[in-house]
Amino acid sequence: MIDNSKTIAELAKQNQRLDGRTLHEYRQPIKIETGISWTAEGSAKVQIGSTVVLAGVKLSLEKPYNDTPNEGGITVNAELLPLSSPEYESGPPGPKAIELARVIDRGIREAKAIDMKKLCVTPGEKAWFVIIDIITINDAGNLFDAAGLAALAALRSAHYPLVDSETGAIDYKTKTKERLPIIKEPLPVTVNKISGQFLVDPTSEEEQAYDARLTISSDEKGTISALQKGGEVPLTIADVSAMIDIALEKAKFLRKELTNAVP
Amino acid sequence: MSYKKRLDGRRVDELRPMEAKASVIPNADGSAFFKIGKTTAYAAVYGPRELFPKFLQDPQKGLLRCHYGMMPFSGSGERIRPGNNRRSQEISLVMTKALEPMLDLSAFPNAVVDIFVDLPQTDAGTRCAAISAAAIALADAGIPMKDMVSSVAVGQVAGTVVADLMYDEEAYEGIVSDIPVAMTHNTKEITLLQMDGEISKEDLVQALELARSATEKVYEVQKQALKEKFKGVPEA
Repeated sequence: MIDNSKTIAELAKQNQRLDGRTLHEYRQPIKIETGISWTAEGSAKVQIGSTVVLAGVKLSLEKPYNDTPNEGGITVNAELLPLSSPEYESGPPGPKAIELARVIDRGIREAKAIDMKKLCVTPGEKAWFVIIDIITINDAGNLFDAAGLAALAALRSAHYPLVDSETGAIDYKTKTKERLPIIKEPLPVTVNKISGQFLVDPTSEEEQAYDARLTISSDEKGTISALQKGGEVPLTIADVSAMIDIALEKAKFLRKELTNAVP
Repeated sequence: MSYKKRLDGRRVDELRPMEAKASVIPNADGSAFFKIGKTTAYAAVYGPRELFPKFLQDPQKGLLRCHYGMMPFSGSGERIRPGNNRRSQEISLVMTKALEPMLDLSAFPNAVVDIFVDLPQTDAGTRCAAISAAAIALADAGIPMKDMVSSVAVGQVAGTVVADLMYDEEAYEGIVSDIPVAMTHNTKEITLLQMDGEISKEDLVQALELARSATEKVYEVQKQALKEKFKGVPEA
């Protein structure tokens, strides 16, 4: 790949980008499709520009943790498939996949987006555990925002499987009408700092060029539930404040796309 | 127990509805999406590219490597732990052997062509769908191929020879055999052949005859996907 980092940094100074977008503009199309996997309890495919990710939700009944006997649980896992980029190799998740999964996980968990108590079936014995798997199909940049959107769309579309009232066995092939207890819908927006300017929805090339990035998860009320700073250059408090303003506004934009696609 | 009418009402030689699309993954050198019934597969080809670790390099010929994987939420039961297991490694191997005869490996010494196939949802026939998707992706990558490979399972359910078994047929009460087959389009040669279950020699030969016409139906869908890619390109 040709390294366009210098050009990207120069253009940013003049409020311009390599692909002609404005600094606060997402790529098009933004497509959100649910029900892409009949075997998952909930699933979604999200496309932002040419970045494509899938998310699948699987539910299982487990014994609650000892310190939270009245609650279920949630886990987020991310797989950066070698299918999705020449940069990725087979094997266990590396630091990039783990960071992606953890940021999405915290965004949902710390916002208390899912009512963990309602996941409990029998205190101390049985509760629903939610596993969200995020899978990249084409990584063309901004996996955080695409993955966050896909995770939420998959959760919104999920239905509990049927449980046999006598044996307690799960019939994964039969979905009930009952949906997950989602109380809040936090969405991550990543703001990048390049040449003192802030831009959203970076392409892979722009991700090579940024000085710093900040991923901000926020819910419909504008409450922040997770932050993650990346990149080698430090940020001032004024930077953080400006980046949050952009993120809150863009989260509204993404939330509109989400509610349109998954009513 | 006999099997007169198929569980989903198909004729014995009828395949489930298929869909295919080429060039779905811009990062890859070639790619495809393939769907048959409720089984879907993404395939991406990367290469020919330099082979690492270097000691694997062969100055006489290149290497083809297939990597088959089910997504964690793609099984009809509990979540599947991601990563390689014995099943996925075996399928990767037989996929490689099914596709390798189509390529002239001597054309890219010291290099590797990697084919990654990952499935978002499955209802039997996953290795066949993976091979059919991979073959479209190879052609999409512009890698010269001697012939096209198309793959679908045939088999016998309680005495009846059928094409493209779905999961509920594989699990049917009574004697069942499942025979994944890959066949070349021009020469009608078999490049993948596996079987499990029970079948007589006569019925096996009958099933393989059925595979000729069944793989031809897959071929038509593969060809259409590749033609579609060049739609709108003016003819020379």
